[in-house]
This record gives sequence, structure tokens and C-alpha cells, in this order.
Amino acid sequence: MSLLDIRNLTVEFRTAQGPFRAVDGVDLVVDQGEILSIVGESGSGKSVAMLATMGLLPWTATVTADRMAFDGHDLLTMSRRERRRIVGRDMAMIFQEPMTSLNPCFTVGFQIKETLRYHLGLDRKAAHERAVELMRQVGIPEPERRLSAFPHQMSGGMSQRCMIAMALACKPKLLIADEPTTALDVTIQAQILDLLVGLQRDSGMGLVLITHDMGVVAETAERVVVQYAGQQVEQQDVKALFEDPHHPYTAALLAALPERATSKELPSIPGVVPGQGDRPTGCLFNPRCRFATDHCRKVVPPHASSEMGRALCHYPLRHGVPTGHPAHMEAAS
Amino acid sequence: MSEALIAEPKQAAGEVVLEARDLERHYEIGRSGLFAQAATVKALRGASFSLRAGETLAVVGESGCGKSTLARLVTMIEEPTAGSLKIDGIDVATATAAERRQLRRAVQIVFQDPYGSLNPRQKVGTMLEEPLKINTSDDAATRRRKAMEMLERVGLRREHYERYPHMFSGGQRQRIAIARALMLRPRILVLDEPVSALDVSIQAQVLNILAKLQEEFGLAYLFISHDLSVVKHVADQVMVMYLGRPVEEGPREEIFENPRHPYTRALLSATPVADPNRRRERIQLKGELPSPISPPSGCSFHPRCPLCFEPCPVDRPELLPHGRARVACHAVTD
Amino acid sequence: MSEAIEPVGDKARLDTPPSVLREFWHYFSENRGAVIGLTIFLLLVAAAIAAPLLAPYSPTGQFRDALLKPPIWQEGADPRFLLGTDAVGRDILSRLIYGARFSLFIGTVVVILALVTGVILGLVAGYFGGWLDTGIMRVMDVILAFPSLLLALVLVAILGPGLMNAMIAIALVLQPHFVRLTRAAVMSERGRDYVTAARVAGAGRLRLMFVTILPNCLAPLIVQATLSFSTAILDAAALGFLGMGAQPPTPEWGTMLAEAREFILRAWWVVTFPGLMILITVLAINLTGDGLRDALDPKLKRS
Repeated sequence: MSLLDIRNLTVEFRTAQGPFRAVDGVDLVVDQGEILSIVGESGSGKSVAMLATMGLLPWTATVTADRMAFDGHDLLTMSRRERRRIVGRDMAMIFQEPMTSLNPCFTVGFQIKETLRYHLGLDRKAAHERAVELMRQVGIPEPERRLSAFPHQMSGGMSQRCMIAMALACKPKLLIADEPTTALDVTIQAQILDLLVGLQRDSGMGLVLITHDMGVVAETAERVVVQYAGQQVEQQDVKALFEDPHHPYTAALLAALPERATSKELPSIPGVVPGQGDRPTGCLFNPRCRFATDHCRKVVPPHASSEMGRALCHYPLRHGVPTGHPAHMEAAS
Repeated sequence: MSEALIAEPKQAAGEVVLEARDLERHYEIGRSGLFAQAATVKALRGASFSLRAGETLAVVGESGCGKSTLARLVTMIEEPTAGSLKIDGIDVATATAAERRQLRRAVQIVFQDPYGSLNPRQKVGTMLEEPLKINTSDDAATRRRKAMEMLERVGLRREHYERYPHMFSGGQRQRIAIARALMLRPRILVLDEPVSALDVSIQAQVLNILAKLQEEFGLAYLFISHDLSVVKHVADQVMVMYLGRPVEEGPREEIFENPRHPYTRALLSATPVADPNRRRERIQLKGELPSPISPPSGCSFHPRCPLCFEPCPVDRPELLPHGRARVACHAVTD
Repeated sequence: MSEAIEPVGDKARLDTPPSVLREFWHYFSENRGAVIGLTIFLLLVAAAIAAPLLAPYSPTGQFRDALLKPPIWQEGADPRFLLGTDAVGRDILSRLIYGARFSLFIGTVVVILALVTGVILGLVAGYFGGWLDTGIMRVMDVILAFPSLLLALVLVAILGPGLMNAMIAIALVLQPHFVRLTRAAVMSERGRDYVTAARVAGAGRLRLMFVTILPNCLAPLIVQATLSFSTAILDAAALGFLGMGAQPPTPEWGTMLAEAREFILRAWWVVTFPGLMILITVLAINLTGDGLRDALDPKLKRS
């Protein structure tokens, strides 16, 4: 049985300009001991989908799903009370901005111990010991002294380590990391990523890594989900994804990376991610797609087979060539 | 494209347009307690480099390495505490008022955050014309024409002239910021992390435009970035900084193919590579970046350095030539 | 290169940009109280402008045959006077309509005075900082430390009673709020990248202060100006009531109250109507101010 099982998740926000669909029909399965990465640009709904799973969205959001189960519990029918017990204990999350995720009014130690006391019912002494152990586990030097530090007295890397310590406090089965290293320096980013992967390997928890950085994906993930404008456009194992992307968006995104460039001129994707007012008909990527046809502009594409990475495309690519595409059919024959 | 903007003669390629010698910049920071002493932050502790027309010098480093301070000095927003800065052969410190005005026009800047760098109450047109209004005697019609031309040059449309910044996406705003910086036809453009706030697909668009404009105007770029994959793509020369001081400097190929300084190596190995088949062991750096208020003695990298030996905590290594690069490290001997 | 320099798409959003005014109205109109407040305020402005046409009689014209006549729906009323007459036989309705002119005039002048001086002082304090900032802010703190009406009274006592002096006094009392608001806004805007960009483009100090920074500080100032408008009317009425503001026979609402004080028990209408007018006006303006704040403050905007 998979740890997290989400089918057809849709999140809509009520806004002054009418409803805005941030997540559109996303399926997600995370197994125990797996690192799944969700990649996408800003506005792709990658964070919103996970926040919806955690039940952390504001009241303007409407969440619907065919199935949303975590570790055998159905999150859709569960009461708020039960859900709160699971969120934070079995399912934990760390965020992009470590500096703002910690409450500046309390010491780090207080905040970690609070989690321990609330979820595990530890007494003062046990909580303190566990907190020190956790701090050591995430590689914070002099944990006893650091416990009485306030968040503003620590660097970004240290704060992120504390956030990870808090998230790990109750030995979660699933850890969701939302851009955990984006705000950090490169050498610190490397430390935090290694720490996360190491912890995941030791504890066998599931790890969902949300990021926009293809480099981070390549170095850490096992399975990758690519999101675009709230939709899941492709899902593959990491090696296969980088070798043979099946969705034109993934292919274009990889080609646009400066490190993969073969000439001074980068193959960029024209235009921008569609916003609320300008969602195209048919395939959402069609205004920016090299291979778009009238068919793409009119008809919403289905998901391709799983060996084609469930690409949300009428003409999924195979080794860079769109299959079944009219122009390429002629060229082939 | 109209000839008006490119009518001026192109700068001779290779001519040195910016020369910095031992630039230093110190800041007094506020006292934390009532009786505590005011501390001095040495944000920049002796940087020397030169920049040629048509060339890109990339300044790489992590937070606190002094790269943003460097940008503020080069754009003359702040005065250096020590050292000399020559723009177009004129020393900034001894320049006359008229020369300074002229120098101001020669250096312009593009910031990292396209949301904070555009005045939200100004129309795009007004924003582009402002530098002309202040610095030239162009009449309104000429200014308008130049602004329109510049808009097209950076890949925007003439209609965008009448719009406010909040109607644009991040990538488009960055194009506007670039257009504004180019209105005075500068010789040097300081790019302070110009693409790090942008999505990958937009980043490629902006990098392409920058490359095109450099070619057209013969611009010299001072490209400040922490992203080595971007630097590898755009730079001709690379300068790696650590805690206010350059630790290695040289041509791009030399830095990326044959990094000598242990910090450069660590930085390169820490940068994630978008290739799952090349997962390699990283050189793990111990510890955090030290605070620039009290940098370590000797070589400031020594507490984190894997190659640290006796002289490191005591002697500050000088930037010495090694191969085609210059490296400041006691452990580098080749 | 063709791809990179191609104009960026994004058509639907850019081709029909929501105009600033329409967006403002959208947020403003969500607040029903604000719309009602604005309507009442506009009606008052209209009444003030068209006073000679609307008012049945002259505000100072006395009807010796009709002293202290009650409003029309009461027994013993004179059908000529809709809201009755005061102790010397002047039509209360006419006086109220003309009084709107004074109240709005007072509000406008006071706000303009306080706004202009306050913004300039705040801009200087926030932009330059240092001892100049400390000096200006300490003076403002001293002004704020006095109970505002008391300070206004003292000032009028020094300058001599009269509407103009009362307005100057009130403006002086209100202006520290503008100084503080401007200073805070300027200090947060001063370090922003667009200001630096303008400096790099060669903009001088005055240009930076007034052209670059000031327009970005206006939103809270507009709200404060609206709220000060009502405070000014209220303070002017209070000064008038205490005999230090507009002098009789000016049909200023506060002064009308003062004149009618001795008839409170005998003729309720002489006091009630001016009082009601003050209440309604101040309430309307405050409601409008709240709506403005909701519409102008991006932090309160719901996405």
C-alpha cells in the first residue's frame, strides 16, 4: 500500500476576479522510502497541491479529490481534529523561508519541545533530551546552547536545520519539503540536501521535494512529477526524464538550462505561464509549444501511457520527435 | 531597427573601461546595546580587477562575499573607503563635477528583484524617459521616440509605453529594467543577479536578450551571480569572492575546467548539475559562512578549508598568478 | 534571435489592463458603508455649492414674528419653516444648508494646510534622517503630547478668536499625524531598488523626494487626510461651541450649537439639528475613509 495516494486533486481559489483553478486534476502516489520530486515554475501549483494535502490552505480554497489517502487514513472524510493529529506528526512539512517559518518570539528549543509535547505527550525532561538528540541529528553544533537561541540569532542554514529538526520531531512517515534550499547559499544548499537525503535513507520515510531547480531534482530525486499551470504534464523516473522527456514542456525546460546549452543563444520558451485571465483552450501549453497544432488549440489532451511518462500531450515526444504529429508523419513517410 | 540609437561609433572591443585597484568598503553598523561599541563591517576588503568593452566579468560568491557592495561602488552609489576606481580612464575619486556626471551615464545597473526595481507609480514610458530628462537636452518627442525604440529592442511592444509595471510579469519587468538602464547608452552595465528571481524558461529569454544587447552596443557587463551554471554560460572572465576578497580570478574555461582554489572547487561541486547520471560526491564544506563583522584571521577561508595547514590561520595569501588564473591560496603551488 | 526578441505574448492580460480607477472602484464598492458615506458626502457638497438655490431664506435673515418655532410636524409650527426657527427668528434649515459650506471649507483648508506642511516635514525627516529627523520628530512628539483641543484653544487664545485662526490652530494640531505617516513611508521606500535606480540615472535630491518617493507614499496619506477632514470639522465645531471659532451670526454648526445652548430644554430642535448635521457629516466621511483604506492598502486586498 502506498503512503500517500491522491487521485484527481483539484484546488480552486475564490478571488475577486472569479474562481481560479490552481491545481487541476493531479494524481500523486508516494511510497515509503521514496524521494518524489515535484518540479514546476512559479504558478504551476506545486506547493498548493501539497498544502491542500496537509489541509493548510486558507478558507478561500475549495479542495476536491476522488481519493486522498495517507497511510490508510482517508483524509477526505476525516474530522479536522483527527487530521490535525496526523498533520505534523506522521506528515510534516518544511518551507522555503526558514527565517519566517520560525516564530521570532520564542527560542528554538521551546518551539521544538512544543511539538514534542503536543504530539508525543513527552514530559519536560524527555522533551529536552529528545530535542538535543534531534538537533544533533540535523548537524547543529553545540545543541544544548542552540536550544536557547532565538531564531534571529541564527543563520539561514541553521534555521533550516532547526525546521528540519522540528519536522522530524515525531518521526514522520512523510516529509514534504517545499523549496527547502532556494533561499540558501550554494554550499549551504548542498549541506541541507545531503542532510535531507541522508535522513530519508536512514529513517525510510517518504520525501516529497518541491523545487524549481532541475539541478536539485537530478541530484536528489528518484521519481519526478512535472507540473505546468496546475496540471501534471509528465511523470517519470529521474534518469529517464532527463534522457528522454516526453512532454514538450519538459523538453523545452531542460533545453533552456544554461548548463545544457550548446550555443550562446539559449533555446528559450516564448511567452509566460498563463495566469487567471488568459488560460488557453485545449492544451494549456499550446501557445508556447513548438509542436502545437489546431488540434492542440481545441481539444484538451489525454494522459499518455505510463511508458510515455503519462505525458499530457496529443503528440508525446519520443527522443525529441512528437509521435503521431501530422508534420512529422509526413516527414517520416 | 532605427539607426538613431546605433549611430554612435561602437566602442573598440578590448579597450579597458573599468579598472579597480584594491577597492575597500567598510560600514559602521549600529550598536546592539546602549554601551556596546559600534562595529565595522568590512564588506569589501581589497578587490582588484579590470573590465574590457564587449566582455563579461562574472563575480561569483555567496551571501556576504561583497558582490553587492561591489555593484554599489561601481555604480557610484557609494564611495569606496580605500582603493581606486577608474571608469573610462577617469579616476572617480578625483573627477570633476562635469566628469562625474559623464561617468554616471557610463555605468548603469539592473537589479535582481524586478518587482522592487520599478517604480510602481510610474508608467513604463516615464520610467524610460527619466534618465534622458535628467541628463540630456532631448525634447519630448525625441525622448518618446528613443523610449519606443528601446522597448522594441528588449522585446516589448510599443503599446507597453503607456502601462504601469504591475501589469507585467517578472520577465517583462526585467526587460523594462534593462531598457531603462540602456537609455543613456552606458558603456558598463552592472547586472546584480539579473535572472535569479526568474523562472528557468524566462531566465533563458532574458539571458538571450542580454547577449544580443552586449553584441549590439559593445557593452561591458559586470555580472554578479551566485549561480555557477548561469555564469558558465555568460562569462568571459570569472572572479570568485569570499568574505569581501577575490580568491580566484581568471578566464572562464580556466576557472571551470581547472579550478585551483579549494573554495572555487567546493562551490563548483556544490552546484547541482542537471544530469542524474553524474551524481558525484560533493566536497562538503564544514560549517557556516563566517560573519563579515569578525572575519577569520589569515586566509578567511581557513576554518572551512579541507587543505588548511600552518600558514593559513596566520598569513593572508596574496592573489598570485597560477596558469592563466590568479589564485589566493597557500596550498596552491603549481 | 527571432524567438528571443519576439514580443512577449500574455495578450489577454495586457490588452485589457484593468484601469487603476476601475480597480479602485471595484475594491471601494465592495464596502457598502463606504459607498453610503460617499453618497452622503457628495450630497453635502452639492448642498453647499447650491446653497443659495436650495435654502428658502437668507441664513441671517430674521423673522421677528416667528421666534423659536418648532419644526413643521410639531404643534404650533409655522408652515414657512420646515425645521423651525431659532431664538432670533432665523430659519434653521437655511442656516444648516449654509453651514455645510463652512464645515466643508474648514475641512478642506485645514486638511490642505496640515497635509502640505506635514508631508514636507515628514519627507525631509524620513529622507535625510540623522539630527534633522530627530529634531523634527521631537517637536511633533511635543505637539502630540498636548490634548489636541486644549492646544487648539491655547493657540486661538494667542492668535485671537475667529474662523481663520481656528483653522490654523487645528491644522497645526493635526499635522504631526501626517509627518509621522510620511516619514514612516519614506523610510521604507527610500531603500528600495527603484529609488537606487533613479539615483544611478542621475536624479537629484528634490527629484528623488518628490517625484520618485512621494507618489509611493500617498495611499496612507489619502486615508489620513479623509479622517482628518472629519476631525477638523469636529474640532472647528468644538471651538465654535466654546466661542473661539466662527463668530455669530455665522451659520457655522458649532457656533449654532453655542448660541442655542440656553434653549436646550425649551426648544430641542435648535440644538438637535446642528448636532445631527455634525454627526452625519463626520460619520459619512469616516465611512468613506474606511472604504478608501480598504481600497488603497494592498495589504488588506484579498486576492
